[in-house]
Amino acid sequence: MTSKTQIESLQRRASVSRRGFLGGLSAGVLGAVATEAAAAQTLAEIPDRGPGADLGAHSERSRFVKIDRIPEAGPGKRNVDPSDAINSKTPHQKLVGNITPTDLHYERSHSGVPDIDPAQHHLLIHGLVQKPLVFSVDDLKRMPSVTRVVFIECTGNGWENWKKADPDLTVQNTHGLVSTNEWTGVPLKFLIGLAGKEKNSNWMLAEGGDGAGVDRSIPLTDEIVNEAFVAYGQNGEPLRPAHGFPMRLVMPGFEGNLNIKWLRRLKFGTEPLMTRWETARYTQLLANGKARQFQLRMETNSVITQPSGTMQIQPGYNIISGLAWSGHGKIARVEISTDGAKIWKQAQLNQPVLSKAQVRFQMDWVWDGKPTRIVSRATDEQGNVQPDRQSFIAAMGTNALFHYNAQQTWSIDEAGRVRNVLA
Amino acid sequence: MSSHNNRLVAAALALGLLAAPASAFDFGRPATPEEIKLWDIDVTPDGKGLPVGSGTVAQGKQVFADNCTACHGDNGQGGIKDRLAGGQGTLASSAPVKTVGSFWPYATTLYDYIHRAMPYPTPGSLSTDDTYAVTAYILSLNGIVPPDGKVDKDSLPKIKMPNRDGFIPDPEFDPAKLFRKK
Repeated sequence: MTSKTQIESLQRRASVSRRGFLGGLSAGVLGAVATEAAAAQTLAEIPDRGPGADLGAHSERSRFVKIDRIPEAGPGKRNVDPSDAINSKTPHQKLVGNITPTDLHYERSHSGVPDIDPAQHHLLIHGLVQKPLVFSVDDLKRMPSVTRVVFIECTGNGWENWKKADPDLTVQNTHGLVSTNEWTGVPLKFLIGLAGKEKNSNWMLAEGGDGAGVDRSIPLTDEIVNEAFVAYGQNGEPLRPAHGFPMRLVMPGFEGNLNIKWLRRLKFGTEPLMTRWETARYTQLLANGKARQFQLRMETNSVITQPSGTMQIQPGYNIISGLAWSGHGKIARVEISTDGAKIWKQAQLNQPVLSKAQVRFQMDWVWDGKPTRIVSRATDEQGNVQPDRQSFIAAMGTNALFHYNAQQTWSIDEAGRVRNVLA
Repeated sequence: MSSHNNRLVAAALALGLLAAPASAFDFGRPATPEEIKLWDIDVTPDGKGLPVGSGTVAQGKQVFADNCTACHGDNGQGGIKDRLAGGQGTLASSAPVKTVGSFWPYATTLYDYIHRAMPYPTPGSLSTDDTYAVTAYILSLNGIVPPDGKVDKDSLPKIKMPNRDGFIPDPEFDPAKLFRKK
C-alpha cells in the first residue's frame, strides 16, 4: 500500500512551513489533549524519568486525554441531563483511524440499558420453523462464528441539519450517531439451519429484552440471510451492556434500529408485523405528508472530521481527514472540495477499505487564509453518490427526520474558525 | 466395484454435510408450546396475537390518569414525552405533529406497544382489560372511538386509522413485491 504517491505526499507535507503544520494539527486531533502546561520548546528540558504507575488489571486513558460521548435528547436538545437523553454520540473530531473505541461507540437506547445476567438470558427461535429452539449465551459461543468490522448507524444521524444549521455544532453533534466496531457472533444462516425455517417464511421479527421490547420486522433477502449475525463479541470482548449484552443482532449496512440489542426472540413469519418502530417511528415523512416506510438500508455518506465544527485552523498546510461509509458496500472514492463544491479533488482512502464499514480519507490542503467552505462527497462501489443538500432536500423535504445523508459543509472564516452550515 | 461404492458413500456424506451442516450437531434445546406462549406477545394488523378481553373509554380514562398522564400530559397532550392526540391535517405542513391519531396506521400496533413497552417504568404491568381500556381512551382522544365506546380483540383490527394509507413503501423492501419477483 505504501505507494510512490504516498511517499511523495509525505515529502510534500514535510516541506511546508513548520508553523502552519503545527497550527493545523493543534486545532484538531491534538485538541483532544488538554494542554495543562506549556509545551516544552527545547530538548534541553528533559522530562523526569523513573518508575511509573503500577501495572493494573486493565489500562486507562492518559489523564491528559479528555474524550467523551455526549448524551443528547433529539434535534436541538443538547446538553441534557443523562436521565433525559435518548442517545449518546461518538466524538469523531477526537478520533483517528477507522475503528471506534468500544466505550465511545454511539448508543441509542429506547428504555435505558438493562442489567442482564447472561445466565438468565435466552434466545427463542420460533414461528414458521420445524424445530422451535431455545439457546443460552453459552450455546451460541459453542457454535461456528464470524468476525466482521461494520458500521452501525442510527437513522437519526445527521438530523440536526434538516431544517437549519446551528453554526456552533461539532461533528459529534451532527454525525455522532455512527460508529465502526469489530463484531463476533453466529451467522443468522446457521441459526436458520438449526431451527429449520419453512420455505414460505420471508420475514423475521427480532425482539429485544429491554424495557421497550424493541421489535422490528426484517425481510429475509439473500443478502440479509448471508450477512446478518447474532453477536456476542465486540472489539474482542463480550458486548458492552449499552450495545446489547449478552447478545445482539448485527445487520451490516442496515438501520441501527434493526440491529436489535439484548436480543431475546426471532420469530419467523410471512410478512412484516407493523410494529410501532417500523410504522410510527422509523418512517420518513415526505413533503406531501406521506411517509416512506421500510427504507431499511443506510445510505452512502461521508463527513470531514478534521477540520470540523468549532475548530480553528491556521493559513498554510492543513490535512483534511474524515470518514466515509455506505450500506451498499465498499466506498469507491471520496472527493473533497475546498472552494464550496466548485472544484473536487479525490482524497486518499486509508486501507483497509471494507464493505459496510467506515473508512478514513485524507487530503493535503494549503489554506490561503481566505474565507471558504469545505465539503466531502462519497461514492460507493455500486455507483451511489452522496447527494448535495439541495437535491437531497428536493427529494426528501425537511420533515423526514431520519436517513439524512446530504453532503456536510463546513465554513471557514478569515480567522480560520470552522462552522456548521447547510451548503 | 468396491472403489465405486466408496466414492458413492463419500459423495453422499459430502452432500449430507453440505445440505444440512447445522443438523449434524445439537445446540440449545427444543422450545415447548407452553413457554413459547409466554413470550409470543406480538400483535399483527389482522388481530392475530390479541388476547381475549375488552375495555371501555371510561375505564381507560382512569387507567390513563393513573399510569400515563405524568409523561404524556392530560388528554395525551402537553407532556414531556410523545404527544398522543391531535395533529390530524398537519403532516404536509412545515410543522407536522405525529400522534396516534394523525400518524399511526394500525390500532392493533397501539395495543401491542402499550402491552410490550408501557407504562415506561413497569412495562407489561397493565391487565389485558386495562390495556384494551387505555387503547380505547387514546383512540377516543383522537375521535376514532366514541366517548362511550369500547374495544376488544374483534373490534380493534376493524378500526381504520385516519393515516392508514399514509405510507409509501421503499421500492427496495416493499413487502407487497419483495418476495414475489421470482
